[in-house]
Amino acid sequence: MRFLFKTDYAQDIRLAKHGGHVFWYSALLLLLFVAPWLFAEYWLAQLTLVLIYSVAGLGLMLLAGFTGLFSMGHAAFLGVGAYTHAVMTNAGIPFPIAIVCAAGLAAAVGLVVGLPALRVKGIYLGIATLSFGFIVEEVLARWESVTGGNAGIHIAKPNLFGWVLESGTEFYFLCLVITVTATLGILNLLRAPTGRAFVAIRDSEISAQSMGIHLAYYKTLSFAISAALAGVAGALYAHNLQFISPDQFNILQSIDLLLMIVIGGVGSVHGAFLGAIFLIAMPQVIAQVKDFLPATVGQAPGLQGLVYGLVLITFVLFEPMGLYGRWLKIRTYLQMFPFYRKGMFKRQKSFQKSDRLK
Amino acid sequence: MLFLQLVISGIAQGCIYGLIALGFVLIYKATETVSFAQGELMMLGAFGGLVGMTLLGFPYWLAVVCAIAAMALFGLLLERVVIRPILGQPAFSVVMLTIGIGYVARGAITMLPGIGTDTQALPVPYKDEIWKIGGNEFGVGALVLNVEHMAVIGATAVLCALLYALFRYSKLGVAMQAASQNQLAAYYMGIPVQRLNGLAWGLAAAVSAIAGLLLAPITFVHANMGFIGLKAFPAAVVGGFGSLPGAIVGGLVIGIVESLSGFYLPDGFKDTAAYIVVLVMLMVKPNGLFGEKLRKKV
Repeated sequence: MRFLFKTDYAQDIRLAKHGGHVFWYSALLLLLFVAPWLFAEYWLAQLTLVLIYSVAGLGLMLLAGFTGLFSMGHAAFLGVGAYTHAVMTNAGIPFPIAIVCAAGLAAAVGLVVGLPALRVKGIYLGIATLSFGFIVEEVLARWESVTGGNAGIHIAKPNLFGWVLESGTEFYFLCLVITVTATLGILNLLRAPTGRAFVAIRDSEISAQSMGIHLAYYKTLSFAISAALAGVAGALYAHNLQFISPDQFNILQSIDLLLMIVIGGVGSVHGAFLGAIFLIAMPQVIAQVKDFLPATVGQAPGLQGLVYGLVLITFVLFEPMGLYGRWLKIRTYLQMFPFYRKGMFKRQKSFQKSDRLK
Repeated sequence: MLFLQLVISGIAQGCIYGLIALGFVLIYKATETVSFAQGELMMLGAFGGLVGMTLLGFPYWLAVVCAIAAMALFGLLLERVVIRPILGQPAFSVVMLTIGIGYVARGAITMLPGIGTDTQALPVPYKDEIWKIGGNEFGVGALVLNVEHMAVIGATAVLCALLYALFRYSKLGVAMQAASQNQLAAYYMGIPVQRLNGLAWGLAAAVSAIAGLLLAPITFVHANMGFIGLKAFPAAVVGGFGSLPGAIVGGLVIGIVESLSGFYLPDGFKDTAAYIVVLVMLMVKPNGLFGEKLRKKV
């Protein structure tokens, strides 16, 4: 077991808490940097997709996991980012400028959606964002002069001031750099006063307000940052598929994003990554297992939805902290080896915290 | 005449939204949780009716009663097995749980060999009949009423009257109201709150099944018909999330707006009308038309 002796206040907010963190995260980063030479092209493409979804997941995690505002229309921000980026790239604007604009426009849209969030909360916010998601999808489908309508649009290869990224490897590195930057940004945000304010709002709006946190400002800020990250992810997503159409940004995509952070573990940055890995790996696993099942089960088209639903139900019922929570438990078990007690991670039931007037 | 025609078809569609919204509101009032699986329960109800009528060869009314009863039991079971263990957790957990239930229901129906991936018509006795009112002897300018639409409106009216009677006059209904207003006080008065929550789920599932059986002749039965449940959310919000009559009124508002905007406004407004209405409603009056004003005490 590791004991940390804190001798300095700055130790509390250090990104790497101890040598183990430094070692393992460096190893992970090293592995990701040499991945193109280790894995086949197909697996590298999957890894790229994991990175892209991680960026979107980080955004939603900041909003849902750290600020406690649930967005059921997050695919709309993904769509706004993707289309902005696609239109600008096709107009010959270099990648860095286009992606900043995509993030900016998505953030602006996020601000607009964030405003009703000040008045409504809980399930009403979910329905407001859901409605907004439908409206954006419809706009993308109908605004044919810009978006190409339901036929979709193709997008040119990313162009960094004349250096065109042709191969999958180059695009992988682009995604890796953006993901690492986004992750460090989020981690830094969370240890700064802004991030603390978000967490305070999540835990109790009333106490946060009493502590002098400006709810309106921080909630809209959270929406804007989250939407900006989704916009960046959308831009990368567009490059990855090289073709986008409105039905890629529908309600199912929004639910996939939510499913990702719930299964990864709401309220942890790791959760966004674990969820993304789950979301990308699951169809592969199902495809592998399919052949061993009887044909009536294995070849049925609804299998994937059924498995997703069952996994989601299982996680909500038995592991609400998600994959990251499971890992925490395993780690604690190993660290304390013979002394792990069953009740250490017991959830506390808070019976009927009613919102109703008493 | 055309306007009236649009309004009537809007009302019929609105009744469906209203019935599904009624399911949300029943569950919300009982357990303060929101079920995203209501549309899928509706789809299961429609499939139940289909199986009863085609595979088992039941007559229409027997099949309808069996489908509704089966769905009520399914609702009870669902509450007991997956919802009750999670009560007391954040509301969002239950939302994700019901989304999961929806995925499973949709996936399971799609996996059924033979009927899962097809769209079938529900063989109801009143299929494709129309009534004509007014007009000259050639039927020009007449108000053409689709019997399927009138069946929806009639059945909704009867169901509302029954529910009103249940909540107003029966012991069970009054107990349910008490439990929804203050669970703890109701429990102290000897009301079995947990069993009532189960019954609320059963009732909500039965109402959804009725909605499914009414909708089936109009749109066909298929695995994705549950997505219409997403339009019932705006209906519930417009009416005020905690109000039973509000759910029906909200459904009617959404249905009529959708029907009229589909005709008078450009393409694309029909599908988004419900969501635009709900966004406006949330901006103007977040508690809905019939919702009570809530203030949280610290």
